[in-house]
Amino acid sequence: MLKTEYPRIGETVLTETLPNGLRVTVVPKPGFRKRYAFFVTRYGGMDMRFRLGGVWHDTPAGIAHYLEHKMFDTADGNAMQALSQLGAEPNAFTANSMTAYYFDCTEHFDECLRILLGFVSTPYFTQESVDKERGIIAQEIRMTEDTPDWRVYKNLLGCLYRSNPARVPIAGTVESIQEITPETLYACHEAFYAPSNMMLCVVGDVDFETVAAAAREVLPERRGEDIARDYGAREDTTPHSPAATQSMEIATPQFLVGFKCPATENGAELFRQSLIGELACDILLGDSSPLYMRLYDEGLINGSFGGDFDQLPGAAYLYAGGECKEPERVARAVMDEAARLGSEGVDETFYRQIRRANFGATLRSLNSFENIAVGMADGYFRGFDSYRFPEVYESISKSDVEAFLRENVVDARRAMSMLTPVKGGRA
Amino acid sequence: MQTIRKELSPGVFLNYIPAAKFKTGLISVQLVTPMSDAGAASGALLPAVLRRGTARYPDMRALSGALDLLYGAGLSYTVRKKGENQCLGFLSGFIDDAYAPGGERLLEPIAALLGEVLLAPAQSGGVFRPEYVAGEKDNLIDAIRSILDDKRDYADKRLIEEMCRGERYGIPRLGTEEQVAALENGALWDFYQNLLSTARIELFYCGAAELARAEDALTRALEALPRGERVSPVATERRAAPAEPRYLTETMDVAQGKLSMGWRAATDDAHAMMLANLIFGGYSNSKLFLNVREKLSLCYYASSGYHRSKGLVTVSSGVEFADYERARDEILAQLDCVRLGDFEPWELEGARSVLVSAVRTREDSAGRMEENLIGQAATGLWETEEEMIENLAAVTPERVAAAAGSLTLDTVYFLKGEEESADA
Repeated sequence: MLKTEYPRIGETVLTETLPNGLRVTVVPKPGFRKRYAFFVTRYGGMDMRFRLGGVWHDTPAGIAHYLEHKMFDTADGNAMQALSQLGAEPNAFTANSMTAYYFDCTEHFDECLRILLGFVSTPYFTQESVDKERGIIAQEIRMTEDTPDWRVYKNLLGCLYRSNPARVPIAGTVESIQEITPETLYACHEAFYAPSNMMLCVVGDVDFETVAAAAREVLPERRGEDIARDYGAREDTTPHSPAATQSMEIATPQFLVGFKCPATENGAELFRQSLIGELACDILLGDSSPLYMRLYDEGLINGSFGGDFDQLPGAAYLYAGGECKEPERVARAVMDEAARLGSEGVDETFYRQIRRANFGATLRSLNSFENIAVGMADGYFRGFDSYRFPEVYESISKSDVEAFLRENVVDARRAMSMLTPVKGGRA
Repeated sequence: MQTIRKELSPGVFLNYIPAAKFKTGLISVQLVTPMSDAGAASGALLPAVLRRGTARYPDMRALSGALDLLYGAGLSYTVRKKGENQCLGFLSGFIDDAYAPGGERLLEPIAALLGEVLLAPAQSGGVFRPEYVAGEKDNLIDAIRSILDDKRDYADKRLIEEMCRGERYGIPRLGTEEQVAALENGALWDFYQNLLSTARIELFYCGAAELARAEDALTRALEALPRGERVSPVATERRAAPAEPRYLTETMDVAQGKLSMGWRAATDDAHAMMLANLIFGGYSNSKLFLNVREKLSLCYYASSGYHRSKGLVTVSSGVEFADYERARDEILAQLDCVRLGDFEPWELEGARSVLVSAVRTREDSAGRMEENLIGQAATGLWETEEEMIENLAAVTPERVAAAAGSLTLDTVYFLKGEEESADA
């Protein structure tokens, strides 16, 4: 077991990779009553095409998410109920490149942990149970489709990307999930739920050895093969299409403007790029930027306006938006401001101020056990150590941020996604 | 965790929770007054206007810059309904001094900044800056209209509005579009002055600092607060359900129907009702989850909530339009099971352990402790963690059935699509 101290943020992390390839990480949190276990596979909505046993497989959109729903079924009933009965709060999510199962509890931690490890490593599907789930997932998809924030975001990715699966909804569509069968689910489980493709992260006041022992005893010994994944042809920075507009029953128009950036390979540089992208975003259009105040004062944006920089396999993009009646004007102002910052440079004092704020905000985000666990998994799967953020911030200079803005926030890399009210609003 | 509650001056209370385990501190300053039709919109607008700027930091950029320098401290305004009281104010989360690379003290400057935001706004001619009032009125109107964008929230809000029409509880948290549009700068200023001198003030601090330091910082920050007679929050009024339930249907261009149902509880046995609600639809092992979702695949979500102070139980679900009646009948049938005591020991014990665990883990989150304490202060329903756990432990299956038996269906609201879509 390896113990790593992070004195600048007052954290300690314990890790060990078991012989079956499972990474076990414990983040001790003395004084907290809650214990949080997070069991995660490097497999998400984007992993639709992969090679297993020398053969390339194409699977339907939404399969990783469907599998997540069905994993809770066990030969004895349902793991969600088993955990709930012990007072734990279990749940799961499927993201673009990971699927996670987790619970938090105050008592019966070891028992709950073993249930978690057991059900996630033991598939149990029947034709009947798989068919029955279709109705539930279809309702989940419909609910998501009624969500404007999701729509505007998904349409933006559809504009930015030609073939990268970032453009495909994680849960798939009501149509795509019709093709899912128990056989496909078993095959995907075999491919991606081997311990060597997974991580167990526990946050809380727990003993490392208890966690590692449960993992050793419950999980299979086989490692599983390395899975090659296909995220489509490498894309250049030209968006697939410049704009998408959709009408929905909403009160206020919404938009997102996105800029397609070159994707970075896994490793420490990926993390550094993410911090550069976030700093660039805050300097360009964050709450304390000159642009934000100007647009807010002019009534062009409101508190919903914001932006971020995301990196997915084979994809990276900066995006910004919110409720807005004049999207084109705001997008233009964003690009003009980026050009100004790129040529005139960012004010040194302002740069330090934003860096300081981001350091504090990142530290504050570590109050959430879920954030900690997701960060640990993301770092492990993508080859970086996110707890080194204080050092990485120091390695970034304002010229890095200026270069980022100059290169990326330009017309040639831009796409727009807009939502307009169906009938000009209603009471 | 030990909470210390202290009256700093008449009607001004500090709720202090020492916690060095967080890497952060949290301060909250809340003004609590009885909800009123006339005050809802002004109350919702005021904190947004105050958040725009202070005398010392007169615009958003200056204010955000000050927060950036305090290591990215948060400063958000809150507009909450607690029971039948309106709670307005500000929350600030900030890193603990121990992690400030420059070794700065952060509690004092942050408390001072909160005090300024509350008491020393940017002014123009003895009132608020007109452009701030106009801008925030537009934003608030947009926010009220945007409730429509989240169909689940919208359906739940419509249910409460319809069910509690004419009661304080039914007053929309943000007021109405028309009320906001009619607000004038001078009237808002008067509302503000009146609120400062009459509202109950609830302060909250959770973090590593000693009580004396927190008390001192907050006392100094609020030195300019006028002293006077302060109005106490109101206790929630209970009403009976109508003789016949009301059924309402609205149409809109949605992909999925939203069903919201509301009952009134006649019981005062809140702990039994909390457990009855959990067994019925309060978590992933509930009757609604296991039957309406898992067994019948009618929905992705079907959950119930217990509004303790008001004695309401509500259910919220998203279903295909064509399944409306089936879903509604199944929800009613599941409630009947709880009323008849038709639940297994594991259902009760599961519900109990979820609630106990939720109470115990509250002390792991400063935000949840704040929410809980402000809620208790506003509703007057004080209960410590240990009391709550003891009370829950004493509830019998008979009490659960009796609590559920005291529920009377009041209103059923359904939001459906404009036409039956072909694939529904």
